[in-house]
Amino acid sequence: MTKIGSQKLMGRKRWIAGALLTAAAVAVAVPSAMAQRDPAYEAARAAGQIGEQPDGYLGFVTAPTPDIRNLVTDINIKRKAAYTNGAPAGSTVEQFAFTTACNLIAKTKPGEKYKAPDGSWQTRGADAPIRDSRCI
Amino acid sequence: MIISKMKEGLLALGGKNIVVAVALMSLAACVQIKAPDKPIKINLNIRINQEIVYKLDGDAKKLIDQNSGIF
Repeated sequence: MTKIGSQKLMGRKRWIAGALLTAAAVAVAVPSAMAQRDPAYEAARAAGQIGEQPDGYLGFVTAPTPDIRNLVTDINIKRKAAYTNGAPAGSTVEQFAFTTACNLIAKTKPGEKYKAPDGSWQTRGADAPIRDSRCI
Repeated sequence: MIISKMKEGLLALGGKNIVVAVALMSLAACVQIKAPDKPIKINLNIRINQEIVYKLDGDAKKLIDQNSGIF
């Protein structure tokens, strides 16, 4: 290998390393941006317009505006995908969604809405929420 | 024979009566079909028991942490 050839190779290697680092930085940055709730979603939750259901999806407590309807539809589609991809072998999507819902209802903040097993919307208070008897 | 006689009778009574009779018959049929609806729903729920919830709880918590934007 000539000197010029090896220098060229070094240059190419450095370029590839740089590109890989950039790609890695983007890969790290994107999930952290995705990890935060949309402010409109957070606001609709806090206002009690939408709430957590025992089936693992969001529901409308009051008649939604078109924006809130779109927001919830979008999140529910993403949730469905997450349950489908995440359901461990031997369990169904519904079972995994139900178990996730047990946790999501437990995690609701005071003032937020959740659906009780009888189908009624409840406002989360300081006490534990009313959940399905199979939740742990 | 009885049915055909009934039909003849109904026809004699006129079109409106036939419509009412058919509507009543279809209503009766609806009630019979709707009866098994509820047990089916309960069966769907029974597919989730506490044992399964225990098994899936760790994965559910991880899913929420890793996708906090949609939960």
